[in-house]
Amino acid sequence: MSQVQVVEGSEAVAYAVRASRPHVISAYPISPQTHIVERLAQMVADGELDTQYVRVESEFSAASVLSGASAAGSRAYTASSSQGLLLMTEVLYASAGMRLPFVITGVNRTISAPISIQVDHQDTISLRDSGVIQLYVESSQEAYDTHLAAFKIAEDPAILLPVMVCMDGWILTHSYERVSFLKQEEVDRFLPPFQPADFLDVKEPKSWGSYGEEEMLMEFKFTVYDAMQKGKQRIKDVFSDLSLVTGRDYGGLIEAYHTGDAEVVLIGMGSMAGTIKEAVDELRSEGKKVGFVKIRCYRPFPYEDIWEEIKNAQVVGVMEADVSMGSEGAVSMDLKAKVCGRANAPLVLDFIAGLGGREINMDLVREIVGEAEKVCKSGVPFQEPYWAGLNPSILP
Amino acid sequence: MNTKEITNQEELFVSGHRACHGCGMAIAVRHILKATGKNVIVVTPTGCLETFTSPFGYSPWRVPWIHHLFENGPAIATGVVAALKAQGRDDTRVLAIGGDGSTFDIGFGALSGMLERGDDVLYICADNGAYMNTGGQRSGASPLYSATTTDPAGRSSVGKFQMKKDIPTIVAAHGVPYVATASVAYLKDLEKKIKKAMTYHGPRYIQIDSTCPSVWGFPSDRTLEVGRLAVECGITPLFEMENGEITKVRKIKKKISIEDYLKTQKRFRHLFAGDQGREALKEIQDLADANIRKYGLLKQAKAETTTSSEEVFT
Repeated sequence: MSQVQVVEGSEAVAYAVRASRPHVISAYPISPQTHIVERLAQMVADGELDTQYVRVESEFSAASVLSGASAAGSRAYTASSSQGLLLMTEVLYASAGMRLPFVITGVNRTISAPISIQVDHQDTISLRDSGVIQLYVESSQEAYDTHLAAFKIAEDPAILLPVMVCMDGWILTHSYERVSFLKQEEVDRFLPPFQPADFLDVKEPKSWGSYGEEEMLMEFKFTVYDAMQKGKQRIKDVFSDLSLVTGRDYGGLIEAYHTGDAEVVLIGMGSMAGTIKEAVDELRSEGKKVGFVKIRCYRPFPYEDIWEEIKNAQVVGVMEADVSMGSEGAVSMDLKAKVCGRANAPLVLDFIAGLGGREINMDLVREIVGEAEKVCKSGVPFQEPYWAGLNPSILP
Repeated sequence: MNTKEITNQEELFVSGHRACHGCGMAIAVRHILKATGKNVIVVTPTGCLETFTSPFGYSPWRVPWIHHLFENGPAIATGVVAALKAQGRDDTRVLAIGGDGSTFDIGFGALSGMLERGDDVLYICADNGAYMNTGGQRSGASPLYSATTTDPAGRSSVGKFQMKKDIPTIVAAHGVPYVATASVAYLKDLEKKIKKAMTYHGPRYIQIDSTCPSVWGFPSDRTLEVGRLAVECGITPLFEMENGEITKVRKIKKKISIEDYLKTQKRFRHLFAGDQGREALKEIQDLADANIRKYGLLKQAKAETTTSSEEVFT
């Protein structure tokens, strides 16, 4: 039994965090994540949430407070965006290396310059190599559910890594949606208290964050890599356990949409998924064999799962709101690295779309599918990424 | 406590670490933990102390210890304090021990945040006046006219041209209950100050003049002596501030000239040649004399800066 309310996306996240009973929350303002930490602050002020709420002086300290709290054996949470996430970068690498689990909502927003508060995925994608698990959500409901799962994934003894739930700024955080909430006892059964085997304890003093010399550093790094790789199955298990409680199943590391007979498969993450699914429905009604794969878990990268959905397609079109300057989009690079060399692999095309809040609408998806169909016919993929929606009239 | 009792105290910072010969900081840390006892968690930002105590598998720490990054020692400490509070572990206290690079420079924002929030952390700066871990580059704590590897003396330079940042005063301006300065040359005094700091709650700060034979350039058997000369000339005043008022100063036993202190170290050697050096020495002497007046460091003298009664101790 659950309660249904129409709430802002940020509030849905705040409800999930409250239900997860974190010992420590750190907060520093940056748009568009502020509504989340503001709502949590009000919950503390109203006596609805018993937590140590730490108002820090920077995002660097926001992430550091989580690291200290986690090392001392407490469940910890914060939210940030954009420049704030970049400022945390060094902390996140070190925390993953030290196997300190905590949860961050990465409310997606572009990176300066130019300064802008609008959405794209450049901020969280920039953290892809850090050892932080990254989960992307399409809706406020999925954001609520995924936050509950995130703590359980982070604290899994086989994983012990920070988890970031990536959620599109404004489109999700500031829009109102019908969201179904679990009862506290249901959450408590799903997510028991954090009880790590090791923590900073005067009864059993241990040293944390040691210097790793050359005969062991690679092994330290390998254990993080290995935890990520093995974590794929654990993440699927946690999602599956949660779906038994919520009755909602989004798939595992990915969600496949009409991929079975698709000649063109689009790939995307975050709130663009809703628009892409709509477009796929429309194109299918016109007789076009188009499918879609939504990546829910970007790190670890679920290439085996994606492969199963694209192996019979002719062309894969990656739509992504990020770009690696001097190369191409990160998701496309990941995918190409894994499909390259496989027999009968589809051609992979990279579409940069939606940077800095540029609208991703049905027409844009149709344009992208049109380009993919051209490559289906010609069999010759384009080498440079296709900048979808670029306005040449204002280029210098 | 007599010498035998001190010797018999449980060692919480044991031998086998990789500090340089005669490292003042290592001596200080051993005595800090003697004063706190074992119910503490220690946070150490990146720096000499972290490097020489943390090679994996060779920890000298017999208390729980964490190093994370260079600029976030205070914020890590805040996180630990918050977790202890949430878990009701009231009998465990938190220390942060950073160097001057992390305290004065790269981690200063985090320190100020921790002080402003009022977090229950005793923050100790083991100040050796430069970035020793990377070979002795200039920091905000490097003394006026000291030569460092990034601010060397030369034909057109007499070393660092700026004053040492007055962090104890800046910390005190945050309204914290306890601020003190100490020296590795006076270990009983250091232990007393640590113990007193532990009687307070909220953010507390102790800055320890941590003599460094390797980079200051003096023989490694003179660690305590050089520290004592720094106090006796007035350049390193030892005081305690409780709730914003100076409550104790360490009186100078026998005042020496600044030259008697500076000439012991290679980092000031350039000041003893040429007119520029002579001018610089005068300026440093003026600084020491100003300290002596400001804090009332000579016997019978009263401090300019305080109205409260002072206790004389030597």
